[in-house]
Amino acid sequence: MQTLFLQGPSATLRMTIFVIISLALMTIDHRWQHLDAVRNTLSYLLYPVEYVVDLPIRLYYWGEETLSTQQDLLDENRQLRDLQLQTRVQLQKLDILEKENDRLRRLLSATPKTTEDHLIAEIIAVDVDPYRHFIVLNKGSNDDAYKGQPIIDAHGVMGQIVYVNAMTSTAMLISDVSHAIPVQIDRTGLRSVAFGTGQTDYLDLRHIPHNADIRVGDKLISSGLGERFPRNYPVAIITKINRDTGETFIDVRAEPLAQLDTSREVLLVWTQNHEKPTPELEQPAEEPGKETVEKDAEESVVKDAVEKAVEESDKEVVKEPVEEPETAVIMEPANSGE
Amino acid sequence: MESNFKVVVLSLFVAFMLTIMPLPDWVVEFRPDWVTLVLIYWAMALPARVGVTMAWLAGLMLDVSHGAILGQHALGLMLVIYIVHLQHQRLRVASLIQQAIVIFFLLLLKQLIVLWVSGIVGHAPVTWLYFMPTITGAMLWPWIYIILRDIRRKFGDRVNY
Repeated sequence: MQTLFLQGPSATLRMTIFVIISLALMTIDHRWQHLDAVRNTLSYLLYPVEYVVDLPIRLYYWGEETLSTQQDLLDENRQLRDLQLQTRVQLQKLDILEKENDRLRRLLSATPKTTEDHLIAEIIAVDVDPYRHFIVLNKGSNDDAYKGQPIIDAHGVMGQIVYVNAMTSTAMLISDVSHAIPVQIDRTGLRSVAFGTGQTDYLDLRHIPHNADIRVGDKLISSGLGERFPRNYPVAIITKINRDTGETFIDVRAEPLAQLDTSREVLLVWTQNHEKPTPELEQPAEEPGKETVEKDAEESVVKDAVEKAVEESDKEVVKEPVEEPETAVIMEPANSGE
Repeated sequence: MESNFKVVVLSLFVAFMLTIMPLPDWVVEFRPDWVTLVLIYWAMALPARVGVTMAWLAGLMLDVSHGAILGQHALGLMLVIYIVHLQHQRLRVASLIQQAIVIFFLLLLKQLIVLWVSGIVGHAPVTWLYFMPTITGAMLWPWIYIILRDIRRKFGDRVNY
């Protein structure tokens, strides 16, 4: 039965209270970012929605796997085997190089480069705000993902995690307007910061002087400054340089190497500052249980990284003074809370 | 639990699904604000059940799903529902077209509040397409109204409160 007079405070009073709470929440969230617990709780409610939305896509992949013919599978298997053999051969060499590199670094008493831990995460097929570049991953704090954790794909750095929930996490791509990543040109060692532009196809490099040695086609790698992203992962490739003499700095654009809008699997990386707490279960190179498709992606990333590391260290050892005068602004990778 | 409440929750679930469902790139910017539309309907039809509190909570969930700062969508959605709550009797007797026009301005208000907050925080989108959901939402309103009304009549309680 409906009572004649509704109980509880009036709508206006509640409205006023909620306005105040909203303003307080926004301020706290923006200034201090201390509301992870609230976000976490609410994300539990949201998880079923995400799960249901992602289900058809998962079913599609599942169907594709189950319904593919034996011949297709055999072909694919053979291809992957070939690929694996190739990467393995390359890895062997790199393994030795890495050890040698390590030894040399120790001789020079430089900080040893340790390899990072990886874990494959799948992007949950949900769309979020069309004007922000966020993706939702199926790994959360249950898998020791942490806030600020870098994510990469087979081609380069993709972004970093900004919110961690128990089962999922939200990551910001390097192309988001509020993202910035410290980079370095691998040819010259020139340091800079690549800012997201809100477009997936280019990043902005700011504060590069006119006399800088920089060319179209130069590869940008993460410099590791700011201590959020690991060093020497490929980030972007320079596509456009506009030298307007009227401006203080030149206008440089770079295209991200990671497939920001097409990747389905990404790698979570545990950097040296954030060791993965559990004993290593995921040994990227030689674990037989993992899905093969993801494996070569993983390997090529590891390979790339190692390759870079070796090149980089060689450069440092042999011709250190070549480094450009320091012009780049060094800053934190991003104000991740925004 | 009364069946009205179940219907409301279920329709909100679907609205959230539609909100995060992946769409091809060219339609993403036209995606109407499903959660707001559905809540406006319920605030009109069942003002005693669906009010400011529910709107605020739904808004918080929108914030989480959008990765926005907490309170952004909650504030906008809650204010819109507050207006609907005050005017629900007038809205109910209006024709569908008139309703759609009002809904347009309500959706615009919500978009503006969200935009202002984004602007203050420092990443406001810089395209007029940002207001597209307002237009598509208002255009879809008659259908949303009819569908939800039929659902309510079929599965809801007899007493409409």
